[in-house]
Amino acid sequence: MQATAQGRAPAGSVVEAKALNLTFHTNDGPVHALKDVNLAVERGEFVSFIGPSGCGKTTFLRCVAGLETPTGGSLSVNGLDPDAARRARAYGYVFQAAGLYPWRTIGGNIRLPLEIMGFSEEEKKRRVRDTLALVDLDGFENKYPWQLSGGMQQRASIARALSFDADLLLMDEPFGALDEIVRDRLNEELLSLWARTGKTMLFVTHSIPEAVYLSTKIVVMSPRPGRISDVIDSPLPKERPLDIRDSRDFIDIAHRVREGLRAGMEAA
Amino acid sequence: MTDTPLSAPGAGVGRSGRVALWLRGAGGRIVPVLTVIAALIALWYVACIPMNAHQSVLLAERSGAEVTPAAASERRNMGGIALSLRNPGPALSAAFAQDRPVLPAPHQVAVELWDSTAGMRPTSKRSLIFHGWITLSATLAGFAVGTALGILLAVGIVHSRVMDMSVMPWAIVSQTIPIIAIAPMIIVVLYSVGVQGLLPKAVISAYLSFFPVVVGMVKGLRSPDAMQLDLLRTYGATGGQTFWKLRLPASLPYLFASLKIGVAASLIGAIVGELPTGAVRGLGARLLAGSYYGQTVQIWSALFAAAILAAVLVAIIAGIERMLLRRMGLAR
Ligand SMILES: Nc1ncnc2c1ncn2[C@@H]1O[C@H](COP(=O)(O)OP(=O)(O)OP(=O)(O)O)[C@@H](O)[C@H]1O
Ligand SMILES: [Mg+2]
Repeated sequence: MQATAQGRAPAGSVVEAKALNLTFHTNDGPVHALKDVNLAVERGEFVSFIGPSGCGKTTFLRCVAGLETPTGGSLSVNGLDPDAARRARAYGYVFQAAGLYPWRTIGGNIRLPLEIMGFSEEEKKRRVRDTLALVDLDGFENKYPWQLSGGMQQRASIARALSFDADLLLMDEPFGALDEIVRDRLNEELLSLWARTGKTMLFVTHSIPEAVYLSTKIVVMSPRPGRISDVIDSPLPKERPLDIRDSRDFIDIAHRVREGLRAGMEAA
Repeated sequence: MTDTPLSAPGAGVGRSGRVALWLRGAGGRIVPVLTVIAALIALWYVACIPMNAHQSVLLAERSGAEVTPAAASERRNMGGIALSLRNPGPALSAAFAQDRPVLPAPHQVAVELWDSTAGMRPTSKRSLIFHGWITLSATLAGFAVGTALGILLAVGIVHSRVMDMSVMPWAIVSQTIPIIAIAPMIIVVLYSVGVQGLLPKAVISAYLSFFPVVVGMVKGLRSPDAMQLDLLRTYGATGGQTFWKLRLPASLPYLFASLKIGVAASLIGAIVGELPTGAVRGLGARLLAGSYYGQTVQIWSALFAAAILAAVLVAIIAGIERMLLRRMGLAR
């Protein structure tokens, strides 16, 4: 799967931001949500964004998704501008809330993007079955969202983003509302999913351990104006059991992230 | 996975236990409802005595009984309660059986309702089923047109800023004009171009029923939040896909709430449409004829027929709503 995912995408960085700026014009004056953001994400990387509330993590992800228009600088996704990439269905987006449609079953929710993108009936069936298995929800195809726990709903929303097999996955605090035990399990599952599919991940989180555990690259951001204050390349191996969190390397990176966050707060 | 969580009412109770629970639940609702109905009927009977007192006393006087005050002109200036207190015997005995009472007793209305529905052929000119059908057909035609128009306008309003700014104010203004004022105009105008019968009434019905549908449907079509809309944008969905897959299903619960108001409004529209023409058929015609000839029992039975019809229509829509929403997984 990794081979096909890499084979069909164009060469170059998956996401490339150069001097990206975004200013919201609100009633209380302009809000500088992103200031001079420079970032390159390579194929197959797992990049986490961490930073205090309001530092522009969601805004950056929405820019990549073409849901927000930057006011300055350049941004490319798969070599296209974000709007064109959006129309080319270059990415799957997982929002902070599961946001499943209550009138559709779990299977029906996962079919939604497939219906819109015009997959064949047979292909739809196959993909729904496969993605449900991928997030460990086999047997729940005909349940309605309210019959599932919060964690299961969040997994279903990840399955929905995976179903059309985009190479890039954008996730905005997908596990933010879940308790730590469920979160650990889902983190493990997400890592193994990433290892199996070779997708490129952009992942927003508030949790330092989560960021360190998951990422090959951690982007530390600071607020007012929202900017990148540190980019940390993780030396952790690709194979990561949960107890890697007690290792020396892990603790060192977590420390550096914490320092980066503190420095960002003081500078602001 | 079990289908009933343990905390659900009736969970862990056997079948017979569940039936008993249901009975208790239903009984818990039925008893207060019946109590209120009984109280209202009792109040109604009591009210008949002073309301019909003048007639009762007059009848007693004609049959040679002693009444106070003896002069009819003096009685005319008295209130019904005072007159009943001065002549308790006649007031009480004749209050519930007059031909043309000011306020007919409940059983008189019930008997008239029964006689004019079950008691005669539905094709008879005096049958309430005949007149009810005339009104119902105009109601349904108007309701269908009003609903379709309301949905179309709502779709336009949600998708076009121009329509939002131009149509909504007119829709609101249209509803501030009393229907009593506009109904005769519609009927006269349509009559002058040769349209009469069902159609003018249906127009008035549609006029009354489109508005709740517009309001409810606009709210429903706008009910999806920004995240749900953004999700579809990330799929590169077209406007049409967004409408069919998100806005429309999300709007259905709102639509049904509006339909229930709309169908009752439609019935009122059809009845009002029958009044200004001096129509000879329909529930409105029965009301009109009743008041023309002082047939109060007939008026009241037509009123009740209209109320029952409205209740049935609303119940049918509620039934469809429950069925549809359950099939969609929206009702649990
Ligand atoms: N649509 C908008 N209009 C105006 N201001 C906005 C808008 N969206 C975001 N902002 C502002 O931009 C800044 C960055 O917001 P953003 O949502 O990206 O923060 P975040 O890092 O995702 O925070 P959190 O961790 O709380 O989700 C905030 O100050 C916010 O108030
Ligand atoms: Mg955010």
